[in-house]
Amino acid sequence: MAAMDYIDAIRLAMKEEMERDEDVFVLGEDVGLKGGVFTTTKGLMEQFGEERTLDTPLAESAIAGVAIGAALYGMKPIAEMQYSDFMFPATNQIISEAAKIRYRSNNDWSCPLVIRAPIGGGVFGGLYHSQCPESVFFGTPGLKIVAPYRAYDAKGLLKAAVRDPDPVIYFENKKCYKLINDDVPDTDYIVPIGKANVLREGDDLTVIGYSLPLHFVEQAAEELAGEGISTQILDLRTLQPLDKEGILDAVRKTGKVLIIHEDNKTGGVGAEVSAIIAEELLYELDAPIMRLCGPDVPAMPINPPGEKFFMLNKEKVKEAMRHLAQY
Amino acid sequence: MKSLTEIVVPQLAESLVSATIDKWLKQPGDWVNIYEPVCEILTDKVNAELPSTVAGKLVKILVGKGETVPVGTAICMIETEDAGDAEASADLQPDYTGSVKASPPIAAAEADSEDAPMRNRFSPAVQQLAAEHSIRLTDVHGTGLGGRITRKDVLAYVASGAGKANLATGSNASVTTQTAVDAAGQVRSSGLHLTETPRLPRIEVEGASASRGDSFIDVTPLRNTIARNMRQSVSEIPHAWTMIEVDVTNLVLLRNKLKDDFMKREGINLTYLAFLLKAVVNAIKDFPIMNSMWAVDKIIVKRDINISLAVGTEDSVLTPVIKNADHKNIAGLAKEIEELARKTREGKLTLSDMQGGTFTVNNTGSFGSILSYPIINYPQAAILTFESIVKRPVVINDMLAVRSMANLCLSLDHRILDGVICGRFLQRVKDNLESFNLESKLY
Repeated sequence: MAAMDYIDAIRLAMKEEMERDEDVFVLGEDVGLKGGVFTTTKGLMEQFGEERTLDTPLAESAIAGVAIGAALYGMKPIAEMQYSDFMFPATNQIISEAAKIRYRSNNDWSCPLVIRAPIGGGVFGGLYHSQCPESVFFGTPGLKIVAPYRAYDAKGLLKAAVRDPDPVIYFENKKCYKLINDDVPDTDYIVPIGKANVLREGDDLTVIGYSLPLHFVEQAAEELAGEGISTQILDLRTLQPLDKEGILDAVRKTGKVLIIHEDNKTGGVGAEVSAIIAEELLYELDAPIMRLCGPDVPAMPINPPGEKFFMLNKEKVKEAMRHLAQY
Repeated sequence: MKSLTEIVVPQLAESLVSATIDKWLKQPGDWVNIYEPVCEILTDKVNAELPSTVAGKLVKILVGKGETVPVGTAICMIETEDAGDAEASADLQPDYTGSVKASPPIAAAEADSEDAPMRNRFSPAVQQLAAEHSIRLTDVHGTGLGGRITRKDVLAYVASGAGKANLATGSNASVTTQTAVDAAGQVRSSGLHLTETPRLPRIEVEGASASRGDSFIDVTPLRNTIARNMRQSVSEIPHAWTMIEVDVTNLVLLRNKLKDDFMKREGINLTYLAFLLKAVVNAIKDFPIMNSMWAVDKIIVKRDINISLAVGTEDSVLTPVIKNADHKNIAGLAKEIEELARKTREGKLTLSDMQGGTFTVNNTGSFGSILSYPIINYPQAAILTFESIVKRPVVINDMLAVRSMANLCLSLDHRILDGVICGRFLQRVKDNLESFNLESKLY
């Protein structure tokens, strides 16, 4: 077992799955010769050849369409959207075709497809390289959505997604690529889709989140422990289907819940998590449900002060956590 | 006034979180102009010179050559003359420490604990715990915002054992609360707003029980049209029915005499139907009300006599129209019948062939029927069927005779037509048919 960067865990998962199953292949813009703009697919073309690492034209609708067709035919494609911001031309293919084919064919056809898309800002990427489009796809029956935070989960969830018989959207956080580094076994393990993970045990407040912001939550929780505030942290890991039992257990423990994500607040994943808690646990709540999310503005600004304002950070998270703990 | 400004590692490319100092271009004590490179840095993606953001004197290097530091780390200090810049950048920091600036109000509330405005606002969790452990909340010390009693305050109170005394004195109250809690436990939480979508009622799927070889036939558009028209006719038109018996012996003789010549001359069959149509058309001329339709507040009597002819196939029935049937002689009608029957068989009927009918005749005798109850061809007023010609013993002038007999059946729209007029109409058709004789002309 070795500590590994988040991006290396993703690459390792693809490599292992391609070695394990000949039907697995990757396709996307610059994934072959260049090895991906973030180097996520580096070395795959050398190892598996250009027929299993397809460099595609700049047409996300075609990437998704080709992948869906191959999946219907029995292949197990991993389609890369270079940035999740570029994913919208493929939305129709994903929502209207991939998500519906099993239902539409009365269980006769399935679409074992993975779509990888880097989300998130804070990388000086501006409007078109920073978006968090989870809420666009969230709530679409027929789609599974995962968003790992740790390198361990990045590998395990990607392998689970490849082996899942239905379409899975894999939202990896581009800021996590080199920032998050933790122990990743070199064994063949999977992280089950639909299971949340407790990152930290505590009894003053519960923080529920996914992806990069959990990094700030962990840092803040560590500092708040010095102030006598103990935090329960739940990493959702899978956004769809949500681990309801996991969420309820985590909230029951403290009665105070803060939900955090970088995607904007209105209509985000946090809204659904909040609704589940409100529906199920009214009599166990000790404080109003709180959310700390990206602001409801159209996009990440490119200017550094604007970007800093938009992004969550340790300080913002810590303030919100302390406020809730003191309530 | 002099001040120190930090130069930090900038975000050089997306996804970069750290950089390595390759070489320092300036040393402590050197003067640095704004935008002048101070060092070279290496990253996974790019190698670049790092420019200074201010003009001043480099006073201290914080990160040595070859060291790798995260983005945002200060790597050197520059002493500047202009204090304004430094203050501005220092001012920026607090702005970004978070939109949730809750600390001052919290501090204020705690200092103001005598007021304790939240002292009597109990959260659901607190009330539930208090009920469970039979605690009087007035005894519990609140440590939350505005003196609010938190869930943890109640748990701490329970743990301290302070509540035990109350239990003894207030045993009656505790019994009632205890049962309430038990009941609540069984319904999970509220029982009213569970996240599961309400169960859909079980829907009986048609044909789910069809296990013994039943088969399904898709309803074709044509079948659907027939069904719709039939239902509309039966549900809107009050049907009445009557029948008359006709002696067609002379007609049979006449046809037998002419049919071979007609075949040679025209190339088609001379059918009884042509004679019947002629008899019907002539009767309609005498009783124009038969050629009408109901229009709610009036009855429309049609000028043209367009006879709809019911033509059956294996799986449908169509009613192509002989337009202006009163303008045609028997031979002309025979040709029209032949033409429409052929088009129907070949599926070549056009929309105009189907439109404009004012009265329908159905030759039910062709499939052996001697009696039928037709449904009116909506929105017409009546439909007449011509049943099989059969030889029967008939009494004529108190003597028995063998005659060729046929029944005519009539369904009528009782909103428009009544028994008397229809009886007269059928009598006229009967007279017309019985008056054919060997001298009758086809042309």
